[in-house]
Amino acid sequence: MTKKEKDKLTAFEKATCKINVASSPHLADSAMTTRSMMIDVLISLLPVILVSVYVFHWYAVKQLLICIASCLAAEALFTRMRNKPFSLLDYSAVITGVIIALSIPGTAPWFVSVIASFVGIGIGKSVFGGIGMNIFNPAMVGRAFVMIAFAGYMGASGYQNAGSLVDAITQATPMDLFKQSGVVPSLSVLFWGVTNGSLGETSAIACIIGGVYLCIRRTASWEIPLGVILTVAVLGGIQNIVSPDSGWTVLHHLFGGALLFGAFFIATDPVTSPLTPKGKFIFGAGVGAIIMLLRLFSGYPEGVMFAVLLMNALTPLINRWNVPKPLGEY
Amino acid sequence: MRLGLKGFAGGGTFAHGVHPPGRKHYSSDAQIEVVPAPETLLLPLQQNIGAPSKPIVKARQDVLYGDVVAKSGGFVSVPLHSPVSGKVKKSAVTTLPTGLHIEAIVIKAEENQTAGNDFYADLTGADWPKNGIGEYDPNKIAEAINNAGIVGLGGATFPTHVKFMPNDKKPVHTLLVNGCECEPYLTSDYRLMLEAPAAIITGALLAGHALGARDIVINVEDNKMDAVDALRQAAQDTIIRIAVLKTKYPQGSEKHLILALTKHEVPLGGLPSDVGMAVSNVGTIAAVAMALIKDKPLTHRVVSVTGGGVARPANLLAPIGISCGELIEFCGGLNENASRMIAGGPMMGFPFIDLETPVTKGTSGLTILTEEDVQKAEETSCVHCGRCVDVCPMRLVPTKIALAGRHKDLELARRYNIMACFECGCCAYICPAGIPLVQLIRAGKVLIAAMNKP
Repeated sequence: MTKKEKDKLTAFEKATCKINVASSPHLADSAMTTRSMMIDVLISLLPVILVSVYVFHWYAVKQLLICIASCLAAEALFTRMRNKPFSLLDYSAVITGVIIALSIPGTAPWFVSVIASFVGIGIGKSVFGGIGMNIFNPAMVGRAFVMIAFAGYMGASGYQNAGSLVDAITQATPMDLFKQSGVVPSLSVLFWGVTNGSLGETSAIACIIGGVYLCIRRTASWEIPLGVILTVAVLGGIQNIVSPDSGWTVLHHLFGGALLFGAFFIATDPVTSPLTPKGKFIFGAGVGAIIMLLRLFSGYPEGVMFAVLLMNALTPLINRWNVPKPLGEY
Repeated sequence: MRLGLKGFAGGGTFAHGVHPPGRKHYSSDAQIEVVPAPETLLLPLQQNIGAPSKPIVKARQDVLYGDVVAKSGGFVSVPLHSPVSGKVKKSAVTTLPTGLHIEAIVIKAEENQTAGNDFYADLTGADWPKNGIGEYDPNKIAEAINNAGIVGLGGATFPTHVKFMPNDKKPVHTLLVNGCECEPYLTSDYRLMLEAPAAIITGALLAGHALGARDIVINVEDNKMDAVDALRQAAQDTIIRIAVLKTKYPQGSEKHLILALTKHEVPLGGLPSDVGMAVSNVGTIAAVAMALIKDKPLTHRVVSVTGGGVARPANLLAPIGISCGELIEFCGGLNENASRMIAGGPMMGFPFIDLETPVTKGTSGLTILTEEDVQKAEETSCVHCGRCVDVCPMRLVPTKIALAGRHKDLELARRYNIMACFECGCCAYICPAGIPLVQLIRAGKVLIAAMNKP
């Protein structure tokens, strides 16, 4: 249609020119996008980030910057290699970076963080087809790799740096101290988090604040943390009854190590957890059970990472077992 | 079993579902206006679920208002009546917004038609009996409903006489009259309840009597309290009760209406009669009253023309067969920012571009959305957030069914009960990734239907 013809049209005809068709529904919830969900996760991680910076100073800042930058670089590189649309703007790589940074020791050298990020994004996510397609939690894939490859920097001794000016880093982590010499830390230290450990795991209260926010916003499904916490509480309670004199109580199990951080921020990754509420609860309970298995029976003090990765592998099966019955089917 | 309504068992709502913006304000205060009959009417032969009607008039034949122009094509089918007096012209083929190509009877109307005004006067008039309904023969009521060409006016267009026939095998003890109108924008049922409550009450008594129902409950969502008041007033001294339900989409789905009111679940693939209930829209019930008391077949219906894209949103009493374009023109035409025209509401309605598309018995409204309304975020990957599972009122897993539809994996689609989906659109409405879930599920259903064909 030429411009002259267009001018001749009546207002009515002009309006009809722009009419289009599409399948119903014709309305969408405009407040809800993948990106807004990801930003929600970042907001919920703020208390944890603030506590880690308070406790570990520049160790935390350094790890966060390195991991975020490497994750973004890895995402850009791998999407480019696979000729996929540029996907940095959805913030998912930023979240992977923050989670990796918060799950490793502040003292880990820079190349450990970089390698964890590249393995996490590259092998954990991009090779499966990018966002939404991965089977395993990318951050945990990256962490698992450096955990095995650089055991010295990531294991129990990796957390301590005797020459550090930061008080927390001069001590062993509470979990190790207990495992090695049976020392039971006070609950308030675990609750507030002024102790050694991976950057994000030390403060129970920060994890709870961020986690509850995520659950209220329905960005994380409350069924998963509930499953983890209930299972750990029940199994920890049983362990307490069986050997009451260890001094390590149910609350120590809940507040110690990466349990709450894992329950609220790692296990709740929607991509790698089941779809239905029931499936999510089963997934959470499985994570909790594996954590307790490792904590109680292996020489390995902390099992959140392996628990999440193992349950990630079971997610397709859980989905298959939990096809909900439609309304009216008995 | 009688329904104890006080604090009813279902609690007035159901699990899951969504709360889209109501946007009823465009047309909720607009009194029903009678649209003058147009020069020509186009009556598509398929205006009901089931067999198409069979034409019994020829070109150049004269017809009077209310004459049958097409007879019922079978048991699950109804006749068609002329909404005007005039002359039959050569038949034409038309395309309905649903995509159906169908032959239509064309009628050229004489000048000075009064049928619409008479219809409105009868519908909203005062002389609707509440007593003596028991003297009607139940079988005769069903027959009269069939003869009047009445189908479900909520949009499903199921022939009403089939529903209201006395049934010994599955006796119906409760008639639920559906005044929920849960679709955003639409106000045609709401205006009808406000302006013609007496007709609805009489129709409900007639339908309840035909079914042998002991309970008759009219259901209205709590965003239409003045309709509730009007109906309560009109229902005085009758057995009819009014239930106020919580506003939620898709409350107007008959299965969810029953669930919200009684907690009963209609079996999958079953009908309300399996739990002893019948559900019918308020417009349909008013049409039943018009047919039996005023002897008027279904020739006109209330249509909301609404949304930000139309100059003067209104509720119209329109002759069936008038073109959508003429209704829009009657409402002052489209605004500059009009972007999509929908037959029905925005959640389940069908988009159309042809202004010649005729209004059929199932057209509850024309929703004209603006560019702003239809702006959709770009589709991104599914992150399995499970929100579609959280909102699906049928308790399905929409993302898996859509995935099956996309990859033509029929085994997966069946495992996730694709056929239970009634395409309400809650999942696509909520999806943060902007995935056209309903479209993909529809594609899967089409594939399965094609497979099942011999």
